[in-house]
Amino acid sequence: MNGRIRSSVSVSWQRHWLGLLLLAVVLLAVPFVAALGGQAWVRIANFAILYMFLALGLNIVVGYAGLLDLGYVAFYAVGAYTYALLASPHFGIHLPFWVILPLGAGLACVFGVLLGAPTLKLRGDYLAIVTLGFGEIVRIFMNNLNAPINVTNGAQGITLIDPIRIGDFSFAQTSTFLGVTLSGPQKYYFLLVALALLVIVVNIRLQDSRIGRAWQAIREDEVAAKACGINTRNIKLLAFAMGASFGGIAGGIFSAMQGFVSPESFSLMESITILAMVVLGGMGHIPGVILGAVLLTGLPEALRYGIEPLQRALFGRMIIDPESLRMLVFGLALVLVMRFRPAGLWPSSQRRRELAESAD
Amino acid sequence: MNQVPLLLEAHEVAKHFGGVKALHDVSLTIRRGEIYGLIGPNGAGKTTFFNCLTGLYKNESGHFIFDGVKLEADAPHKAAAVGIARTFQNIRLFGNMTAIENVMVGRHLRTHAGVFGAITRNPTTRAEEAAIARRAEELLHYVGIHERAHDYAKHLSYGDQRRLEIARALATEPKLLALDEPAAGMNGTETEALRVLVEGICRDGVTVLLIEHDVKLVMGLCGRVAVLDYGEKICEDVPVVVQKDPRVIEAYLGGSVA
Amino acid sequence: MDTLLQQLINGLTLGAVYALVALGYTMVYGIIGLINFAHGEVVMIGTMVAFTVIVSLASSGMSPLLILGVGLLVSVVVCMVLGWALERVAYRPLRHAPRLTPLITAIGMSIVLQNVAMIIWGRNYITFPPMINKQIYEIGGASFTNVQVAIVSLAALVMLGLIYLVHRTRIGMAMRATAQNPHVASLMGVDINRVIAMAFIIGSALGAVAGCMVGSYYEIAHYQMGFMLGLKAFTAAVLGGIGNLAGAMAGGLLLGLIEALGAGYIGDLTGDFLGSHYQDIFAFIVLIIVLMFRPSGLFGERTGDRA
Repeated sequence: MNGRIRSSVSVSWQRHWLGLLLLAVVLLAVPFVAALGGQAWVRIANFAILYMFLALGLNIVVGYAGLLDLGYVAFYAVGAYTYALLASPHFGIHLPFWVILPLGAGLACVFGVLLGAPTLKLRGDYLAIVTLGFGEIVRIFMNNLNAPINVTNGAQGITLIDPIRIGDFSFAQTSTFLGVTLSGPQKYYFLLVALALLVIVVNIRLQDSRIGRAWQAIREDEVAAKACGINTRNIKLLAFAMGASFGGIAGGIFSAMQGFVSPESFSLMESITILAMVVLGGMGHIPGVILGAVLLTGLPEALRYGIEPLQRALFGRMIIDPESLRMLVFGLALVLVMRFRPAGLWPSSQRRRELAESAD
Repeated sequence: MNQVPLLLEAHEVAKHFGGVKALHDVSLTIRRGEIYGLIGPNGAGKTTFFNCLTGLYKNESGHFIFDGVKLEADAPHKAAAVGIARTFQNIRLFGNMTAIENVMVGRHLRTHAGVFGAITRNPTTRAEEAAIARRAEELLHYVGIHERAHDYAKHLSYGDQRRLEIARALATEPKLLALDEPAAGMNGTETEALRVLVEGICRDGVTVLLIEHDVKLVMGLCGRVAVLDYGEKICEDVPVVVQKDPRVIEAYLGGSVA
Repeated sequence: MDTLLQQLINGLTLGAVYALVALGYTMVYGIIGLINFAHGEVVMIGTMVAFTVIVSLASSGMSPLLILGVGLLVSVVVCMVLGWALERVAYRPLRHAPRLTPLITAIGMSIVLQNVAMIIWGRNYITFPPMINKQIYEIGGASFTNVQVAIVSLAALVMLGLIYLVHRTRIGMAMRATAQNPHVASLMGVDINRVIAMAFIIGSALGAVAGCMVGSYYEIAHYQMGFMLGLKAFTAAVLGGIGNLAGAMAGGLLLGLIEALGAGYIGDLTGDFLGSHYQDIFAFIVLIIVLMFRPSGLFGERTGDRA
């Protein structure tokens, strides 16, 4: 960005190296601590990181370029199905992950461009609806493309998807190195952490770049941005396509990790959840988005494990279906956070100022 | 280098809004290196002319020849690319970006780093970023607001915002700088400082097209002036002649020209 | 030939419902520029309330038509209150927030309403008790029922009422003025808050009517039914030019027809590659195409772009 900001970053590095060290230790410890409560907890941690990855991918689209994408999950689905179809007994194809993941990302990117090119000139709300519609179209196709030719196996989904495997090293099995035993989910945990760090670096570096400034300029005043010589359509398309590619990668990992995909995983609710992570946390602010992802993955799980015992303790029996109560709390959280912290839970100081001033 | 003496030729440019003729076959020529004024009463079509020239509107008929080439500017960013930069009547800065960032955005057009460069931060990109920042600082110096470089654009004073907008426009390396009422809302001191700045810009080789309400400023600054009234050019000449033209005096109801 | 006529009749019925729901979207969008995501849920609540009223009165010995009428009335009142409360509690505090904020709130409200409905009415499909003796008429090989006739004529009646309201009453005039320019309207003494509240209340009332129609047409209801219905109705509103009342009506009818015809003929068109379970994609494909070529909808948009 500029000298002042860059130097403030390096200052904070020096000041916070202890914090970073602590963070690294925590990141290393999480899968082992979580495993004490069972592998299910490691899987929850994995999902939190996968969502973090998705949310940071969407942050480029929504937070940086200011484009409201309500069909983000469609790109996630494209990546997931690409992996599932090319690495499972369904078609008898078993390509290695390093071929399929980039392929899935590329395909998602192509879809992003195809959808974005004609629609990005539209006003924000219309874009939201078009992307939402696109998400639904993709889901409907996945649900129904099992006849007359069975492509997606319909609502049953695709099973027995290959895990990520490097030579003989499979991410699905437990193995021991240097005296440390790692379960499948724990291995995926470290893979996901690496990917998450990658997407964080991408986010940070994009923000402080020529492209990042162009995105911010478009968000601030599109007409002025054009007058400065920015080809706004292409620059927006770039954000859209990049977000889509990240969605594609996340989808591939999801497929490999679960070993199973079905259209149910790619509902509109999923898109909304990811968007909510970005907005609740603090649009365009990387720590905020991470917080949003962790909270919104953790909160439902906490509610799942908390509501049932709570109800039994209070009423002696289950009064309200925990699943709907969980969603109810989620919905209320969206409403309340928007009402009382419209810039998100952890907005960048800049965004906070923006809001404070636009309020009057 | 064989340069055409005319930087911009407008040929019978016309623009309607519904049934209203905002511009009626306006033709004018701007010479390289001059400060050209475009004046006229409110609603005379000055800004509409600007918007057609900079690709914000599409004129129904007529065309522009810029730097010897017919302008196919159907989009503002293309106009900026061929070398036409502009400011806006109602200042349009990127309010939540700092002053220097605003100018850095202006460098977008003349720099190249893409996503790959941004992510890898390779030497080429780092060098380019440094050059962008350096040039932006220079331009802030040039317009005289360098001490506000790290303030948010929206926190600058009115006069400084006008200057920042000019710096941002200059960052695109224009051949023609089109200023839409830069003195609007300025007091006498600020207007005088603006006059000095615009003269300097012209001296440094940028041709200036100036839309202005402040007739005194236009008359003092411009080499030649065109007057628009009801979308038609009623007069084009050196200020002294324009000032005495009866049609101009009538357009202004005899009042404010004198 | 007989299928064509049949699909047209079905499309007309469906379209009447879409049109009523689309009006709710378009009125709110036209005035405050908000996509009220929760509107589909208001329609769903309307269906559910009517269901509850009808079921609880079914054994009271009242005449079926009267029960139906009471069900409709209660449902309309409940939805009006709900629409008013939504605006008052969720949207009004955010009126000057950035555009994304109220949209997220709307999504949140939609989730809340859905799950409240699930807690009250359960997660299973509920069957609407048939209160009208269904009669089937035949015309040129196609058949239609008295329920369909009732739906289409009631929709027409309600829309006429709305047109009267908007063009002939003071509040209607205030609404039109606000849609044109809220600032100027308020300077002219229009109570903007009241106008916005009215848009929500009227839209919700129309939604409740539509909800009762859907219930009696399909004879089932489900807590998630509002989502797809709302999405399609919004599509219809965009199709007709959002903010434009006549456009919403026309867009609704058009979308109903497109869907019915599409579902009827998609098999023939694609050589049986795609079947009628693709019915739901038509709305979106139409939406994308319309927005690509006519971003302001088929019948234009209110003047002035506040984006």
